Amino acid sequence: MSKVTTMRDAVAELVRDGDTVAIEGFTHLICFAAGHEIIRQRRRDLTLARMTPDVIYDQMVGAGVARKLIFSWLGNPGVGSLHAVRRRVEQADPEPLELEEYSHFGMVCRYMAAAANLPFFPIRSYYESDIPRVNPKIVPMRSPYEDGTEVYVVPPLRPDVAIVHAQRADAEGNAQIWGLLGCQKEAAFAAERVIVVCEELVEEATIRKDPNRTLIPGVIVDAVVEEPFACHPSFAQGYYDRDNAFYLAWDRIARDPETLQGWLDEWVYGLANHAEYVQKWGDAHWERLRPEPAPSGEVDYGRYR
Amino acid sequence: MSAPGEPGYSKSEIMIAASARQLVGVRNCFVGVGLPNIVCNLAQRTVAPDLQLVYESGVFGARPERLPLSIGDPTLATGATAITSMFELFAFYLQAGLIDVAFLGGAQIDRFGNLNTTVIGDYARPTVRLPGSGGACEIAIHARRILVIMRQAKRSFVDRLDFRTSPGHSGDPAHDAARGWTGTGPTCVVTDLGVWGFDADTGEMTLTSLHPGVTLEQVRENMGWEPRVAPELGTTEPPTAEELRLIREELDPGGIYTKPGA
Repeated sequence: MSKVTTMRDAVAELVRDGDTVAIEGFTHLICFAAGHEIIRQRRRDLTLARMTPDVIYDQMVGAGVARKLIFSWLGNPGVGSLHAVRRRVEQADPEPLELEEYSHFGMVCRYMAAAANLPFFPIRSYYESDIPRVNPKIVPMRSPYEDGTEVYVVPPLRPDVAIVHAQRADAEGNAQIWGLLGCQKEAAFAAERVIVVCEELVEEATIRKDPNRTLIPGVIVDAVVEEPFACHPSFAQGYYDRDNAFYLAWDRIARDPETLQGWLDEWVYGLANHAEYVQKWGDAHWERLRPEPAPSGEVDYGRYR
Repeated sequence: MSAPGEPGYSKSEIMIAASARQLVGVRNCFVGVGLPNIVCNLAQRTVAPDLQLVYESGVFGARPERLPLSIGDPTLATGATAITSMFELFAFYLQAGLIDVAFLGGAQIDRFGNLNTTVIGDYARPTVRLPGSGGACEIAIHARRILVIMRQAKRSFVDRLDFRTSPGHSGDPAHDAARGWTGTGPTCVVTDLGVWGFDADTGEMTLTSLHPGVTLEQVRENMGWEPRVAPELGTTEPPTAEELRLIREELDPGGIYTKPGA
């Protein structure tokens, strides 16, 4: 059954006011186009979960769609701060933003617990750290076995919606990813609803030729959107490079609330969809971000009959 | 070119060279961006030819063809030994004890090597909201030893942290030995002024060498407690011509992290 739809319809149907939304992807495959569509449709009171909120959540927080962040590292990678987030946390400007924070491993294991339908996940972390003091959901526990090791446990994180980007997917949502995997798989299995966005929509046969590369099976997917360059200024391995210049530029844009609103007007509200965003950047921009080819070798699965 | 009387290398360059020499023979090293990345790549070309670059983004054995500008740079994926999910990286590689050395830094460090990367001021209404832990909290616990690279200043070398994100030594070595952690905590802090070790009896940061031209008075002026100084305080070996060539021509040709003032 084809689940192929547009970004507008996927967000309209599957992302609701008040939802917990996870747009995952660790530096790689961050689906900015989905974030922009959520801003465009003016969703409100979202709880945004991500290991690294990144520029995408700074844009969403600046646009007023979120009331809370669940995260483990709150910065602009390689650059510095997320200024829209900081204004709300440090000065409640224009309103407070609730934070719930973990370490990276704790955050991954929250998705893991939900994906595996476990009540909690134990990890050896947080010892002698102040993090559990400010987050009572991180709880110390002794192993019931002889060694009696003290661990900390974290609760499941079950997003209402996970939005994951893949290099390619078929119409049913079977999605293949290569390069940095982040916790896209864990987040997708943890979520109630899943939107898969892909650079390329491919035939089922292409997926079946290389099943080890399928990270997310269509059986847990609700909608499939084909949206080339949807991750910009993040990247898609083998398709386009990270736009580090934009990450630097965002530092300047986000420092001033009016400049930030002007950017949203020009690049999000003022455009009907991501195709217009791609067109607005222009072909030369995309050409500059295109990597040289470095194809993998092929493996032989063998044919058995 | 340097002016007469100038040392011929930048503060970043002596920090990089001094740090790289801490990695003699190291195999599995958890890397960050910026200086630690250059340090590890320099060590791989000098004192640690078998060094594997491991990134928390899930890359084991990276072979970057350009200077990575984030720990998730695509150049780290292409040509790597393995790419794992983040769960596997943290569970199988870090928590299970495969990582020999990791680099950490922070906005604040105390005399026992505890680090703050979370807030300046009160947690609920911070003066400055910093990024938080990322992987640092568990890296501090599990990596067999921790190296810290930080510039010294009164506001960063503090008597008391505003928030303890990542644990260092407790000040009680008997307590530390009984923790049962894979990691032994910070063993070295390289700053723009000198190199620090940690005293075996107290776990306290101890100045072991001053960079050429730096005085003990400058060190005192740039920290928030009275420093412990090793009985035989040495002078840090300056970067060699070969180390400087590698840094300037191969590792950071644009001078992004190493040009004077960077």
